[in-house]
Amino acid sequence: MIDRVAAPRATLPKDLAANPRLATWVGFERDRVLVRVGKVELGQGILTALAQIAAAELGLRPDRVLMVAADTASSPDEGITAGSMSVPESGAALRQVCAEVRWLLVRAAARTAGCDPTELSVADGVIRDGGGRYLSTYWKLAAEISLDVEATGEPIPAATGTAPAADLPRLDLPDKVFGRPRFLHDLVLPGMVHGRVVRPTRRAARLVEIAGEPLRAVSGVLATVRDGSFLGVVAQREDSVERAAAALGGAAVWRGGVELPDEDDLTSYLRAAPSEATVVRARDGADDRPAGPPMFGHSAAYSRPFLAHASIAPSCGIARWDPDGGGLTVWSHTQGVFPLRAAIAQATSLPLDAVRVRHVEGAGCYGHNAADDAAFDAVLLARALPGQPVRVQWSRRDELGQAPFGPAMAAQVSAGLDGDGRVVEWTYDVWSNGHASRPGYAGSPGLLAAAHLERAFDLPAAVDPPPQRGGGTSRNALPAYGFPRQRITAHRVLTMPIRTSALRSLGAFMNVFAIESFMDELAMLTGHDPVAYRLAHLTDERARAVVAQAARAASWDDTVTGEGRGRGIAFARYKDRGAYCAVVAEVEAVQEVRVRRLVVVVDVGRVINFDGVRNQIEGGAIQATSWTVKERVRFDRTAVTSTDWESYPILRFSEVPRVEVHVLNRPDAPSLGAGEAAQGPVAAAIANALFAAIGVRVRDLPLTAERVIAAMDA
Amino acid sequence: MEEGFAVRETYRFTVNGVDREVHSEDDTPLLTVLRNDLGLTAAKFGCGLGLCGACLVLIDGHPTSACDTPVWAAAGRSLVTAEGLGGPDDPHSLQRAFLTEQAAQCGYCISGVLISAAALLRTDPAPDEEAVAAALDRNLCRCGAHGRMVRAVLRAAADGGDPQ
Repeated sequence: MIDRVAAPRATLPKDLAANPRLATWVGFERDRVLVRVGKVELGQGILTALAQIAAAELGLRPDRVLMVAADTASSPDEGITAGSMSVPESGAALRQVCAEVRWLLVRAAARTAGCDPTELSVADGVIRDGGGRYLSTYWKLAAEISLDVEATGEPIPAATGTAPAADLPRLDLPDKVFGRPRFLHDLVLPGMVHGRVVRPTRRAARLVEIAGEPLRAVSGVLATVRDGSFLGVVAQREDSVERAAAALGGAAVWRGGVELPDEDDLTSYLRAAPSEATVVRARDGADDRPAGPPMFGHSAAYSRPFLAHASIAPSCGIARWDPDGGGLTVWSHTQGVFPLRAAIAQATSLPLDAVRVRHVEGAGCYGHNAADDAAFDAVLLARALPGQPVRVQWSRRDELGQAPFGPAMAAQVSAGLDGDGRVVEWTYDVWSNGHASRPGYAGSPGLLAAAHLERAFDLPAAVDPPPQRGGGTSRNALPAYGFPRQRITAHRVLTMPIRTSALRSLGAFMNVFAIESFMDELAMLTGHDPVAYRLAHLTDERARAVVAQAARAASWDDTVTGEGRGRGIAFARYKDRGAYCAVVAEVEAVQEVRVRRLVVVVDVGRVINFDGVRNQIEGGAIQATSWTVKERVRFDRTAVTSTDWESYPILRFSEVPRVEVHVLNRPDAPSLGAGEAAQGPVAAAIANALFAAIGVRVRDLPLTAERVIAAMDA
Repeated sequence: MEEGFAVRETYRFTVNGVDREVHSEDDTPLLTVLRNDLGLTAAKFGCGLGLCGACLVLIDGHPTSACDTPVWAAAGRSLVTAEGLGGPDDPHSLQRAFLTEQAAQCGYCISGVLISAAALLRTDPAPDEEAVAAALDRNLCRCGAHGRMVRAVLRAAADGGDPQ
């Protein structure tokens, strides 16, 4: 039994309104149901969660549901897969679509049998009447009804007769565990050859010449492609193309390029650079509680460095031009097949319908990495060999040096407190490059190679997503606490010497780190317990619940023992309207900062797949730990220098904390998405635990031994 | 298409118990040969420098980076890739345990992790959590599935470890 009736809706879910034809989403084939969504698998398990929704609404065993990878030729356009919006957006659309499709089929069966459709039950696609007599199956009825109709949005009676699957295991995992081809990197197309692109280490350097004949001694080269400062090579074999690219790279002469800021003083750079200020909130007083003038104040400044996506696989793309010059097919692990198609069409001057982009899984994606760039590299190289698929795989060096980074950020926060230590005034300023330079941003294709072409499409400074999508620089800049007077300002930097774009949680990681570190400072200054201090400023019951539960689960009131050990707490509601998350961290700081344990409590509304939520939260917490204690993009005045795993270390198995995830289920509340909720609270909880451990407040990430010593000296 | 004037040699080795012969330039990475010439895609390219563990294979029982091992160095040896640990019909206890624990997010690092873990269970059939973490320390995982993977290895050990 499914104990839920689709809620009445005045309007269709957003993605369904944009793609209202039922047949766009669902089709019947033999004994299966094909489900097409525009959201893509990024290693987060979203297709499994969506398959579970489809199976439940259709009244089917989950293994009957075949999820079709996004393809501009056939999938609904759901934009990009980002911002923890896949379950809220695609899930809501799919739930309504599948309920309507089921209802069409059930009504068709009822018409034939001459009975009331509400009396019928469905078990795994078999429809029976109230007396349990067989009437028909979906697959028989599918021929009698048309799905080429628009969704109505009407409330549909709940399915009866099929138990929903609890925690469907990941659909993609068996292939990966048995080493079967699954990733784009494993895809072999007939006649496929290999390409590589040679890039300057300096951003915006121009290609002046290629000295000598570097490819004379390299076998198997099929083509070299030069267009402006874009330089690439194609060879029959992958080892040949690697040799050719190395030889070309050694012979290419580059000139110019942008000067990079001082990596040791990013705060000064960010605050001095030209920027655009947006007042996110200006509140002069609470409606319900008049606040007097502050008795005393406190202020502090925080920062984070540029961060790399550092996916375990370098980006990959495959492209094939039609031999007759008609069009182009691209295989990519992009976050959005439709936006990438539009960007490629713009950069190649092809009509939109001449470009087809098909999604194939890549390794874990945590934001706008080089997937789109690699796809366009393949497009440019494949143009030289019509009819032949060209596969481009980036080097690790390019992946860590040329892909967009999560921007460096700086924050200044000050508070005025009343005689009881309560905050009455709160001023927050944050400076950052924009968090979005995805394909199509600011009128640009947003593709790295397009900026190097003779007919170049520049990469303007990154922008920020609008507030209704959670903002970028300002994401989670609003405190969740009921401070009477607040002024919150986001400053987006308008020059971009280092290419930046979306990295998991965008500005929330930094803003929550700053706000929640500062709340801890205020609690300490006023002699309050950090948990009690937060609860005293929180009115939202769901917020209070996760904070209280985290404190309980972590035995907050027990004393921490051991040299250099401490415990800290932090809380945020992602995007101010997403998941609630509280984290208690336990650290040990002797030689370096080691995070021993994280207790994470989340409220993501209605849970679709508990294990999926736990896995996302665990993974997010560990990744955020890595960002917090280890990661920093290194560069000199000309180029990024942290281009391998030794110069850009990430958390290793022996360094990961034990993570305990508690999911508070709210079956009656909308699903909120889980992918990014833990990032900010983890950083602040670790910094607060570090302070509890050694009495030093480190306000600049990462919390390395070097930074701890610098903070001690400050 | 012919490869022009490159010097290509014939190399023979055993992969997953099967004798294989490949024609390749001597400095071609073993990983390229496994993936592109032999169609064995479990081992992945991650960094090309032997620093991430995505390309690990067993060479005469030792976990070895295939990305920076030239093919000539594998000649005459016995190789095992993650495909060779087991398949859907005869899964290795590690593969079973990884499915039971849902021990992955993106799964790109899994093949290399399985190879490190398989080598561990041969020498230490009952490792503790710390020993597992130490054995997997050369494998990088960016998604943060570490805890699940450690639990999966412990489960596999408890379930009988190395079936061979």
